[in-house]
Amino acid sequence: MQTLAFTFPAAAPPRGRALAGVVASGDLEVLLEPASDARITIEVTTSVEGMERTWAALFARLFAEPTRPAVHLQINDFGATPGVVGLRIAQAFDAVAQED
Amino acid sequence: MDAQRLLARNSFTELNARARARALLDPGSFRELIDPFERLSSPWLPRQGIVTQADDGLVVARGLLDGAPAVVLAIEGAFQGGSMGEVSAAKIAGSLELAAEDNARGIPTRAAIVFETGGVRLQEANLGLAGIAEIQAAMVDLRRYQPVVGIVAGPVGCYGGMSIAAGLCSYLLVTREARLGLNGPAVIEQEAGVGEFDSRDRATIWGLTGGEQRYRSGLADRYVEDDAADLRQALLDCMREGRPGRCRSERTEAFLASLAKIDGTRPATPADVATAYGKELRA
Repeated sequence: MQTLAFTFPAAAPPRGRALAGVVASGDLEVLLEPASDARITIEVTTSVEGMERTWAALFARLFAEPTRPAVHLQINDFGATPGVVGLRIAQAFDAVAQED
Repeated sequence: MDAQRLLARNSFTELNARARARALLDPGSFRELIDPFERLSSPWLPRQGIVTQADDGLVVARGLLDGAPAVVLAIEGAFQGGSMGEVSAAKIAGSLELAAEDNARGIPTRAAIVFETGGVRLQEANLGLAGIAEIQAAMVDLRRYQPVVGIVAGPVGCYGGMSIAAGLCSYLLVTREARLGLNGPAVIEQEAGVGEFDSRDRATIWGLTGGEQRYRSGLADRYVEDDAADLRQALLDCMREGRPGRCRSERTEAFLASLAKIDGTRPATPADVATAYGKELRA
């Protein structure tokens, strides 16, 4: 098990919060909550060690432009592929976008 | 099930725990207690290098059934096999205890439990076992006031100490995908040998411990299609029927007498079990 942290610039926070996924084999859980300081902060706990560069590359691609709302993401990962991680994050952002 | 029905149905077994609880309660009445954002997760798993889930794999949903106050406790089978740890077991036991307190004060809160569990979470050992004992005590207390309805839908099934909890329910609903047993197939094979039970033989596993067989042999009360609306309807029917005269666990003498009739010198077939138990053991 390994814990990783990331920060990116962001736009205004959303109103709601959202949950996507389950901590099942090959899947992950994303808890998305609004943040107040125009940043996206990400805290990853993963069962697979040594994949820092993969996580960093995935997040850099998703959050390079500061257009996403400011949120705190807690990710509990149980060996999901980058594709599944991207889908779960998109699912969580979609859920709060529908509430706004 | 024909092709049209298959396409039209909303498979219950494919839903996660939260969606299952929502599907069972009256539309729009779902309200989650101790939700994932409260982060009441296992304190024991991280110390053993295991990633936790924010709700410890247990959804506590308040809401209504037929307009009456209810609580649905849904176990998430995909997280750690639906195993009962200190937190997840305490969420169930505490909810059932509060429901019984409601009834003692004249509020007719009823409960349903969606079992999807391999039993105790081995990493939490005695704390999980103690939690399961608390669940069982709380079920026996609550069922004095209201029906406590269990649902085993699959695909994990219901095993270990939680299979005893399933046996304590006022009513137990199963689907074809369900399995119910004290020990899982691999454990039986390991302890008794492959001649007694071949854990790779799916036909044997479902033939002896599957939902249809458990219903045929009187160990479950309703055999329901894997459809969210059908399961909700069966749950409402049980609640309308009210408390049974005697729960299954209060009819042990008849079960023991039937068990004594089974020839123990050779492995029992599904037909042997259904014949020995049969319909006369129904409430």
